[in-house]
Parts: sequence; C-alpha cells; structure tokens
Amino acid sequence: MNISPISLAFKKTKKQKRPALLTYTVAGDNTKKKSLEILNSISKYVDICELGFPHNTPIGDGGQIQTSSYRAINNGIKMKDIFEIVRSYKKNKNSKPLILMGYYNMVYQYGENNFLNKCKKVGVNGLIVVDLPWPDNKIFAKKCKKKNITFVQLLSPTTSKKRIKMIINDSHDMIYYISMLSTTGGKLKVSPKKILNNYNVIKKISKLKNVVIGFGITEKTISSLKKADGLVVGSALCKKISESIKKRQNPVTNVVSIVLKLKNKIS
Amino acid sequence: MKIKKGIPLIDQHDKNGFWGKKFGGNFIPETLKKPVEDLASLFEKLRKNNKFIKDRDYYFENWVGAPTPFVKLENLTNYLGGAQIWTKIVSEANGGAHKIYNATVHCLIAKKSGKKYIVGDTGAGYAGKMLSMAAKKFGLKCKIFMGAKDIKRQKPNCDAMRKNGAEIVPVYTGSQTLVDAVSECMRYWVSNCDTTHMCVGSTVGPNIFVKICGWSTSQISRELLVQIKEEFGKIPKKLKLLNCVGGGSSSFGFWNEFMDYDKKQIEFVGIEAGGPNKSKRHAAPLTYGSKIGILHGAAQYVNQNTDGQIEETESISAGLDYPGVSPLHCFLKDAKRARYTSASDEEALSAYKIVTKYENLNPSLEPSHAFAEAIKIAPKLSKDTIVCVNSCGDAQKDRDILKQRLGK
Repeated sequence: MNISPISLAFKKTKKQKRPALLTYTVAGDNTKKKSLEILNSISKYVDICELGFPHNTPIGDGGQIQTSSYRAINNGIKMKDIFEIVRSYKKNKNSKPLILMGYYNMVYQYGENNFLNKCKKVGVNGLIVVDLPWPDNKIFAKKCKKKNITFVQLLSPTTSKKRIKMIINDSHDMIYYISMLSTTGGKLKVSPKKILNNYNVIKKISKLKNVVIGFGITEKTISSLKKADGLVVGSALCKKISESIKKRQNPVTNVVSIVLKLKNKIS
Repeated sequence: MKIKKGIPLIDQHDKNGFWGKKFGGNFIPETLKKPVEDLASLFEKLRKNNKFIKDRDYYFENWVGAPTPFVKLENLTNYLGGAQIWTKIVSEANGGAHKIYNATVHCLIAKKSGKKYIVGDTGAGYAGKMLSMAAKKFGLKCKIFMGAKDIKRQKPNCDAMRKNGAEIVPVYTGSQTLVDAVSECMRYWVSNCDTTHMCVGSTVGPNIFVKICGWSTSQISRELLVQIKEEFGKIPKKLKLLNCVGGGSSSFGFWNEFMDYDKKQIEFVGIEAGGPNKSKRHAAPLTYGSKIGILHGAAQYVNQNTDGQIEETESISAGLDYPGVSPLHCFLKDAKRARYTSASDEEALSAYKIVTKYENLNPSLEPSHAFAEAIKIAPKLSKDTIVCVNSCGDAQKDRDILKQRLGK
C-alpha cells in the first residue's frame, strides 16, 4: 500500500528529530478567503494542517474555537465552501497534508459516502470527528481507509488501558491524545510530565503509530511536550484571529508570526 | 418500527444505545465515554437495588409529595361541551413542576457515585430550580447553566435557584436559550467529569441520560394509573393523554405506564411549541417533519439546515424552546404509538386565559400548549371520552410574560 502523506510528514519530522507541528484553524474564520490565506501562509512552517468545519452546537470546544466557529457560520460558511477552501489549498505546491475536523452531524447530513467522495476529490488526507467515538466509528473508519483517508482516533486521560488497546487496534496511521479533561483551549491543568507518562503508555502499546498531543498547547507549553510525535495548536491560533480582528490588524500575518514562534520552540 | 410489549421503553434500545435502530446513541467526545459508561453501569445496578428504590420512593412521597392530584375540570368540561376534561396537577409537586423527579434521582445517584458537585442545564428554569433544591437537600454543590435570554424571561425561577445556593452560569453563545445551555453544561462536564455529576434536564442527551430521566418522570404515570383505576374502577374505553413536548420528559413520564395499551383505547397526544403565528420559527420538530440529526449526543428529529447546523427556535415557552426532541418520542412517533401536533404562542396564551377563567388552576405556558389542544378537540368528542392533560408546571414563573401579553 502507498504510504500516506500524513505518515510521510511524520517520517520527515522524525528524521529532523522534532515533533510535527499541527495547526488547527476554522474554515471560514474570519472569511472564506482569509482562512485560505492563513492556510497558505502558515504551510511553510507547519507539518500537518487541521481545518475545522464549524458546527453551532459543539460539545467539545472551548471558548476560543467556539468564537471562531460562530464567526465563520455567521459569515455564511457552508460545507461546499469548506471543500472549496481545501481544493484551492491543495493546489498550492507547498501545501501540507490536511485533516478536516468537526462534528458528526455535518458528515451525516452530507451523507457519509458523499462526504468521503468529496473529501477524496478535493484532497483531504485525514478526518477527525469529535463526537463519533470508538466503537461507533468502526464502519465509518473502514470507509475512510478504503479511500486512503486517515481516520484519526482520539484517546483521552479517561480512556482505560484495555480500551486504548482496542482503539489502537482499529486506528490508522495517526492517533490524537487529548492531554487533559478539558474542552479545547483550556489552560494546561496537568503537568507535562504526567501527560508524557500517559503518552508513553500509548506509545508502548504501539510504537509504529504516530501519536500527537493536543488541548492546552500554547507558546508557553509546547516545548515541554516536544518528545511527542506531534503537537496540535488550535485555540491559541483562534484566539490570535479574534484579537487581530478586535485590533483591526491582519489576522494572516499575526497567525503566521505565532506559528513561526511555535515552530522555533520545537525545532 | 415496533414497540415491544412488557419491556420498559427506556430499555428497548440496541447495544449501541439506539431506539428503533436510529434514535439516541452516544455521540460524545472520547473523554466522556468512560464517565457515561460508569454512570450507565451504576444506574443499572441501582435500579435493581431495593434499598435505592425504597430511598427514591421515600423522597418522592415525603419530599416531592406523591401522588400529585388527579381531578376533573368540571367547569371547563361544561364550557367545552364534549369530552370530559381531567388534569393531573403535577405542578403540585414540591417546587412546582415535574422536573423534581429527575433532579431527585440524579442527586441520589450522585451521592452513590461519591461526587460532591452536580451540574445541570435549564430552559424555563424549572430543571435548574429543582436541581438546586435537590442538591441543597442532599448536600451537593450545584451549578446551573442557563441561556442569558432565559435568565431574563424566567426570573422567578432564577431567584429560587440562587436562594437554594446554586450558582447560575449565564450562557451567551448562539441563541442564548436551552440548546446553548445544554451544550455549555456538557462542555463543563467534559472538563470536570472526574469530580462532577451531570444531570441532563430532560429525556435528551446521550443514551443513559434519556433513560435516567424517563425512569424518574415515569412516577407521574405510575400514580396516574392507580388514580384512574380508583376513579373509574377500570381503565376507561376512550382515554386521551395530552402533554406538551419540548425535550419530552414530562410527556414520557405521563405515558410510560400506559405504553402497552392499544392506542385506540389510550391515545397519547404530544403538543409541541409552534412558535408565534407570524413566525416561521418553531420548536416542533415532530410536527413539522424535521430531519434526523445529531444534537447533544443523540440522534433525533431536529430543526436544522441542509448543512446540519442546528436552527434557532422560537417559542413563548422557554421550557419547550428546544430544536430537538427526545429519541424516545422520535421512536414513539415512528412506531405510531403517539400522535404529535403543535400549538402556537397565541393558542397557548388563549388556552391559558380560558383555563384560568373557568378553573382554579394556573398552568404555566408549557402545559398551556397541551390545554390548547384539549380545547380544540374536546367539543368534537363524546362525553364518555376522558381527556387528561398533564398540568406539569405552574405559571408563577411566567408572571412577567403573562403580564406583558395578557395584562394580568
């Protein structure tokens, strides 16, 4: 089987002895055009881009991502626009692997098969569906695999060891470890040491899978977790966009500058 | 889609938590998977435990005040000149509404689980008020999530919550009503599930919350079955049970014990909130044939756009102002066991006026929706038909709205 672009990205960062940097921004935040511009501009520094398809009753997101999501929805962003953004982004020769992330109702309304066909067509490399946990996601994950789309399984501090093993067994080439009991963007309330301990438990079960850590990762905390295969920063970027709008500054340049700083901390 | 006889409806789901293979389930973030499973196994253990049942019955009887009265509305019956109108005044329960049953059971469970904190959502403020009462009674620290719009329009219940020592967390996202309060409460639980018990205020949410709530409010029909047999000597040949439906906790509880009767003998009529006459917005997903979607962890009929964004609702009644509806009601609709219709804001207000004119009863805006349907159908029905309306809330909380809309 072909090695996936996501696996390749991790291969590259491992060679460089650093964690992969994954960013999360919301499609359509603050406009369709700007969110595409952000993706294009941060690509140089980022290893994998996560792009959120915003939902208006999110049960796993903290304030920053909610604000970004509502902003995008209020600006009229639709699923078809989001696929357009991905298509345009993927035409950029510097584009990185792209993971779409969101809530299941959007996939469900689009129709699982239609959704995946469209993902394949526009160049989506992976999917995270926040509210479709294992084992309910087994059938959908299989469908993703058939399309060579990585379905990213999530693990959390509440996931038992037995369950971790079963989830890993059904996982593809990337796994997402949620650092703490929190919605996205919470303050890191657990010590990095403890997070890495849990991370090591997962890595011990399966050395081959790429495990990224997300939730609560900012400029301040990122370097303490750099042993991980990858680190996801989302809320910090959404926050930056909100601040930029408030201060009438260009969100694109501000996001690029924070991404660059994050990159330097783990290089 | 078929309902099985002899098995509680709340237990007629498959191993993935779906009723009728498509309603309900557990669409939750991974972090909540374990707390939800722990709660489910604790609840299954407790409901088989005689001591726990005894405790529940003790508090229902001595603290909630069971049974709530079942009475004939003679004047309204005469005025309408058709079917006999009866009501079960569930609002006589401690606190003034049916939400006390679910709140009490959740606090009893929280105590058993060793958690010291309890959080809940509220729309009309009754779920919040009752949870704050029960939390106080059982020594739990309580936080209530409530939409900022609802805080404004249901002030009396907010005052009560604060008096009981609960903290009200205003929710400013989205439409600032119940739907956003439930989301925010779930988000809070994601972050605090290790120390905190969550009470979902209606028969909505992940599978186990639907079950616990339905199990708790079924007290209403347990009482009613006995009362009806006492009153009529047997179950009447033509009985209609009318109940408003928002999330669906009071209606499910009002119907549960009568589930296995033929619908020709005992008809269930659920009345959703149709919203203002002039508005296209409503909170009636069953009446208007909304599509199945995922809301707050469960698959259900829900008002949404083609992309799957949940649509804003509009209703004069905060307690019914919810875009989705319990998976149990979706199941009852598709199995054709219950019939669903809606009443507009104006119809509910007019029903409130008529009921309070003829009877010494003060139904809140939620059951006023059900009375609107009773007023509509009773004149066309025979005198031996019994129409029973669940008066599940008291209008005390609505005094500002009623004053504004009716001048009283």
